[in-house]
Amino acid sequence: MFGVATNKKNGALELRSTGRNVLVAEPASPGEGKPEQAHHVLVPPASVSPSAPQQGVVADTDLLLAATSISKAFAGVPALVDGRIRLKRGSVHALCGGNGAGKSTFLNILMGLHRADAGTVMVKGRVVHYASAAEALADGIAIITQELSPVLDMTVAENIYLGREPRRLGWFADKAKMEADATALFARLGFDIDARVTMRSLSVAKIQLVEIAKAISRESDILIMDEPTSAIGEKEAATLFQAIRSLQDQGVGIIYVSHRLTDIFSIADSYTVFRDGRFIEAGDLADIDRQRLISLIVGRDLRDQEARDSTSTGEPMISVSGFARHGQFEDISLDLAKGEILGLYGLMGAGRSEFANALYGNAPKDAGTVTIEGRPVEIRSPSDALSNGIAIVTEDRKETGLVLTSSVSENVVLAALDQFSRLGFVDGKKVASNVDGQIARFRIRTASRDLPVQSLSGGNQQKVVLARCVETEPKILICDEPTRGIDEGAKREVYAFLSAFAAAGNSVLMISSEIPEILANADRILVFRRGRIAGELKGAAATQEALVHLAS
Amino acid sequence: MSTELTTTAGAAGARSQAIGRFLSRYGILLSFLILFAILSFAHPNFLSTANLMNVLRQVSINGILAIGMTFVILTGGIDLSIGSVLALTGVVAGSLVTGEDPYNPAIAFFAAVGVGALFGAVNGTLIARFSVPAFVVTLGMLSMARGATLLYSNGRPIPNLSPEFRWLGQGFIAGIPVPVIIFAIVFIAAWITLRYTVYGRWIYAVGGNVKSAKTSGIPTRTVIFSAYLLMGALAGLAGMILTARTTSALPQAGLGYELDAIAAVVIGGTSLTGGVGSVVYTLIGALIIGVISNGLDLMGVSSYYQQIIKGAIIVVAVLIDRSRNLNP
Repeated sequence: MFGVATNKKNGALELRSTGRNVLVAEPASPGEGKPEQAHHVLVPPASVSPSAPQQGVVADTDLLLAATSISKAFAGVPALVDGRIRLKRGSVHALCGGNGAGKSTFLNILMGLHRADAGTVMVKGRVVHYASAAEALADGIAIITQELSPVLDMTVAENIYLGREPRRLGWFADKAKMEADATALFARLGFDIDARVTMRSLSVAKIQLVEIAKAISRESDILIMDEPTSAIGEKEAATLFQAIRSLQDQGVGIIYVSHRLTDIFSIADSYTVFRDGRFIEAGDLADIDRQRLISLIVGRDLRDQEARDSTSTGEPMISVSGFARHGQFEDISLDLAKGEILGLYGLMGAGRSEFANALYGNAPKDAGTVTIEGRPVEIRSPSDALSNGIAIVTEDRKETGLVLTSSVSENVVLAALDQFSRLGFVDGKKVASNVDGQIARFRIRTASRDLPVQSLSGGNQQKVVLARCVETEPKILICDEPTRGIDEGAKREVYAFLSAFAAAGNSVLMISSEIPEILANADRILVFRRGRIAGELKGAAATQEALVHLAS
Repeated sequence: MSTELTTTAGAAGARSQAIGRFLSRYGILLSFLILFAILSFAHPNFLSTANLMNVLRQVSINGILAIGMTFVILTGGIDLSIGSVLALTGVVAGSLVTGEDPYNPAIAFFAAVGVGALFGAVNGTLIARFSVPAFVVTLGMLSMARGATLLYSNGRPIPNLSPEFRWLGQGFIAGIPVPVIIFAIVFIAAWITLRYTVYGRWIYAVGGNVKSAKTSGIPTRTVIFSAYLLMGALAGLAGMILTARTTSALPQAGLGYELDAIAAVVIGGTSLTGGVGSVVYTLIGALIIGVISNGLDLMGVSSYYQQIIKGAIIVVAVLIDRSRNLNP
C-alpha cells in the first residue's frame, strides 16, 4: 500500500525501480566547503539482487532514516551544528527543541530544500544527497509544513492531486478519478471532508487536514509533520492521531515536530532533542517525563508550570451582555473582575475568536452591550476599544498582528503613535528610548530596534505584539492564542507577563486551545461550544476531562 | 532560522551582509551616479548648466506625479488615471487664463489642484469605502477623465494663455526654473510627511499589513482614501505646470504619464505590494528616467529606441531588486 520496498521476510532491501538512475553521493566530509561540488556517482537502479551485498546498505532494515553530524551555516552564521536523528519503521519520533534550535533547518536538509555543509543522511540504508524536494519525494519522504499553501479556488480533490493529476487520453485531468480517490483516502483516514467542495469553503482546521491527507496520499514511508496540530482543535487532533496510528501500523515512520508537549506524549514513542543547533539527547518517551523533556528543551530546569494564585479583586472591570453574531456566536455574557485572568476554551470554530474580535470592534456584532467599570460603552471600531482601555493580541501574529515589513520600533509604537507625537510629528527620540525600554522589559532578542520585525523568531515577534499592547496602557487585554508556535522559554515569559499585568489590577481575557496552558494560567474558565457558553469551570473542578467534556 | 542568529554573525558573513546592506541602501544612487558620469563623458553639453536645468524641468512633472504615486503604492494600491486627470486639469486651468480677460493665475492654480483632488476623491471613495480594486477604478477613471477633457475642450487646444500664468511653467526664480522649485517644495513636504509624521507611519502600516493597522486603531479607510486624494491633487498641480510650460492647453496631453510615474517609483525600489519604499528613492528613479531620455536626446537616439531602452531599464531595475532580496 505504501510502496515500501522492503521485503521483510527475506530480511533484505531492494531499491525501488523508478526507471531512472539513482543518484548516490559520497558523504561530504566535515569542513568541506560547498556540498554542491560533492562528487555524485551514478549507479544503475534496482538491478541489484537481494542477496548481493551493496555498498552503503545497512543490515538494519527497520532503520528508515539515519542522519549524523549534519551542519549548516547561512552566510557564515551557523544554524545547525550537529543534527542527528534515527527513525525506525513504524515509529512516531518527536523532534523537540525551542525556536532557533535548528529543527527547521534540519528538516529542510532532509527534504532536499537546503544542502548540508557536512554530515551524512542515510535513507533506507543508502547515503543520499538530495538536490531538490522532488528527489526526496521520489524516495518516499513527504513533509507536512506549518505554512499552509492551498489553492483556494480549486476543489479539495484537485488540491490533493495537484501536479500529479490522474489523466485521461494523456491530456485531460481525470476529475472523477481524483474525487473518487480523495473520497476513499478521507474514508480511510477518518476525515470528515467532502472532496468536491472548494478549499475556500473549508475552515482552517479542515484545510490543515487536507494538507495532511495530501502528504499521506503520496504513499511515502517517511512522513515529516511540522506542527500539524497548531491550527486545529482537539477533535481534529484526535482524528489525526488515529490516522497517525494506522500509518504507524502500516510501517510508516513519522518525524513529529511540535511545541505541544501534551501531543508529543500522547502520540510519539521516541524523541530527539535539539538545542542551539546541536543534538542533545534521544531516547524512548516511556523513559522520560514531561519535566525532564522541558528541561532538555530549554536547557535549564523549568518546572512544569503550577497553577497561578488568583489575584482577582472581585471588583468588576468589564461586563459583556447578550453578545451575538448570528451564525457565529449567540447570547454571550460574561463578567471579568479587576486582577482576574479569565480563560475562554473551546474547539476550533466554537466562536471564541469571533466573539473576541466583535468585543474589540474589529468584527461586526448583531446584539450585545458592554459596561466598563460601571459605565456603558459603545465599541464600534478598534480605536473605540483602544480609547476604552482594551487591547488585543490577535490569533495570528503574521496575518493580523504585525506589520512584517516594518521595524521592531515601528511595530511597538504603532497603536500609540499619538502619545509619541506633537502636531502630527513623531518624536523620534521619545520613541527610541521607549522602545528600548520595552525591548529590555520583554527581553526581546533583537540586535536593534530598527531591524525588520520579520527577522525575529516567533517568540520574539509575539513579545513585540505584547509590547505594542502595553504601549496603549490598557486595563483589559484580550489574548487570542498568545503562545501559539513559540518555544517553551518564551511561553513562560508570556505567562509571567500576563500574571504580573493582572496582579497590577488589570484584567485578561485569555483564549487558548492548549488545555494545560489555560488550566495553569486562568483563574476561571468559560467553555464555548458551538457559539454558546457551555459552562464555567474554576478551582478543583477545572480539569482536563471536564474541559473536553464541556467543549465537545 | 538563519535570521534568528544574525546577531552572532561570523566575520565573513558580517562583511558580505554589510555590503548587501550598503547596496540595498545606496545601489540606486550608485547606478544614478554611474549613469551621470557616463553621460558627462559621452556628450560635452550634458554637464552645461542650461542642459541640467532643462533636465530638472523635464523631471519635475514626472517627479511630482511619482511622489503622489509613491504614497498610493506604499498603501498597496495603484493609480492609472493620473495621465488623463492631468490633461483635464490642464485644460481647466488653461480655459481660465486664456483670451481677453484672463483670471489671476492663482485661480487657475486652485482650480487645477481642486479638480484633480475631486477626481482623486472619487477614486479614493470607490477604493477605500466600497473596496473596488484600485486597478479597476483608476482604469475606468483613465477613460472617463480623458473623455471629460475632450468634452470640455471640444477636442481642441486652448491657446493664448496669459504671460502671468505661463511664468509658472517657464519662469525662473534666482535662476532656477519655477517648476523645479515647486517640485522641490512638494518633494521636501512629502519626505518630511512620510518620515516624521504619524500620518506617514500610517501609510506604511496600511500598506504593510492592513489588518494589523486596523487592529492598532488606525483609520485604514481614511488613510487609503487620502493617498488617492493627494495623488489627484498632485496630478492637478502637474497638469497646471505642463500647460504653463507648453503655452497652450492640449487635450491629448499626459498620455502614458501614469506609466512613467509608476516606473520612477519601481526603479526606486518601492515594493508594489506596499509598505516598503521612500520618496528619496522615487526622486532618484525619476532622475534616472529624466537623465536617460535627455542623454539619449543629446546623442540623437531616435525616440523609438528610447522607449525600448526605458522599458528595459525598468525591468532590469526590478530584476536587480529581486536578486538582492533573494540572496542577501
